[in-house]
Amino acid sequence: MVAMALKRVGMLTLVLAALCGLWEGFKWVGETTGLKLGAFVVNDRTLPHLHDIFGQLFEPSRRNGPMLIEVLWDAALFTAKEAAVGFALGASIGFGLGVILAHSRLLQRGFLPYIVASQTIPILAIAPMVVVWMGGRGFPDWFSVSVISAYLTFFPVAINTLRGLTSADPRALELMRSYAAGPLQILWKVRIPSSLPFLFAAFKISATASVVGAIIGELPASIQDGLGGAILNFNQYYATSPPSLWATNLIAALLGIAFFLIVVVAERIVVRRAPEHVA
Amino acid sequence: MSVVSLEGVSKEFGQGGVVAVQAIDLEIGEREFVSLIGPSGCGKSTLLRIIGDLIQPTRGEVTVKGKTAHRARLGRDYGIVFQDAVLFDWRTVAKNISLPLEMMGWDRRKRAERVKELVDLVELTGFEGHHPWQLSGGMQQRVSIARALSFNPALLLMDEPFGALDEMTRERLNLELLRIWEASGSTVVFVTHSISEAVFLSTRVVVMSARPGRVVGVLDVDLAQPRTADMREEPRFAELIRDVRRLLRRGGGFDVEEPTPTGEEDYIVAEERLR
Repeated sequence: MVAMALKRVGMLTLVLAALCGLWEGFKWVGETTGLKLGAFVVNDRTLPHLHDIFGQLFEPSRRNGPMLIEVLWDAALFTAKEAAVGFALGASIGFGLGVILAHSRLLQRGFLPYIVASQTIPILAIAPMVVVWMGGRGFPDWFSVSVISAYLTFFPVAINTLRGLTSADPRALELMRSYAAGPLQILWKVRIPSSLPFLFAAFKISATASVVGAIIGELPASIQDGLGGAILNFNQYYATSPPSLWATNLIAALLGIAFFLIVVVAERIVVRRAPEHVA
Repeated sequence: MSVVSLEGVSKEFGQGGVVAVQAIDLEIGEREFVSLIGPSGCGKSTLLRIIGDLIQPTRGEVTVKGKTAHRARLGRDYGIVFQDAVLFDWRTVAKNISLPLEMMGWDRRKRAERVKELVDLVELTGFEGHHPWQLSGGMQQRVSIARALSFNPALLLMDEPFGALDEMTRERLNLELLRIWEASGSTVVFVTHSISEAVFLSTRVVVMSARPGRVVGVLDVDLAQPRTADMREEPRFAELIRDVRRLLRRGGGFDVEEPTPTGEEDYIVAEERLR
């Protein structure tokens, strides 16, 4: 077990080191050869040094202000709240939709095309309307952002719930029939447990999507307290301090990874099916 | 009183499509062990499902313990075992066995007591906490049998339960099944491909013809009870096997252990693969 864990950590470190090497190597080659890809020129502005990006985290974010990492930490927490609420909202709605659709082919035919269509509308087109609509009804701004995040979250969950619930072994369903089980018992004892691997696959997609949704949602909502606000802000100062934006992106990525890992841990706890790590 | 009574039962799939079984009349008495045997695609599994109210016959009457098949199902008269154990991966052996009891609202203590009895019956003591994937195929099938017996159904319906197992495991489980049948006092309807299995286990063997499935003949198996492994070597056992073969051949089917040289088996095998 320990050896396995060490191997994994070693592999992760190796890949990370390779990626860093690639970044710095490309930068070095680009700068020494004066490489031009169209309008793209490699220099400290387009591709800052990794140590500059990391270093920036521990510089003051503005004159006499707190360090950048403190600012980004608060922003990440704010965005995490929006994303978590959005994820919970979207996952619940998606799961509910999946359960309803799994029980009626007619509803499936009627609703599924619209559910799919909902995802073809760019989130940026919907976000301002959600903000105006929710704001007008007295909801706090951050909650509008959660709703936007939920809009991205519910779709994979709905589709995979539907797929998962209908994946139950038909003979298992016949057995349940022979026990004269009711639809709720079948749902609870067979269909939902069978759907868990599908459900968690969806949760993994949705977890990262909810963070993206929250960041994007902050832009039309003009929220300054989150990572979206920080990205917009540092985008404006990119000319003078490119590493600040890169550092913000780094934190945003870490937040998405954290969400993903929470789902992975939850899956480990909940799903007990023939796993590869059981002898 | 007969436990199962079939009168003129037919099943067609699709609109005027394939006739799976045709005009089946059959009476199965209490504590009988009846095997259905026939070529692939002869509708023996279909017939089993009709008895179990999992599919509806196109024509004919099914009566189980004096009730319609539907009422019998709602009254939980059926214990079903399929070729695959169909266990739930996320449940332990004990929890798999007690699933029907949970459906039926037994309380925790009664469930635990019953599971213990059943685990002893199918000789899986010590494996209660294991998950299905930690068991061999034969052990999984024993869990499946224990689950089917858990609520003491009047009728045990078994659809080629040992078809996926190797010959040695199969013969051992045959003996175990007979012991369980003896102990549980239930009636068994058993679908199989294997002539020797049918003869060894059954009190009666129902031989079916190739599609559309009809009853070609019913053979009383007069081997002594309880059966022992040695009986497979008795001359009477060989005679009974020969009789079943003759009936199968008369029904236009081929038998699994000795295909008729008509070329028909290729057709049937190909069809089976398509299914």
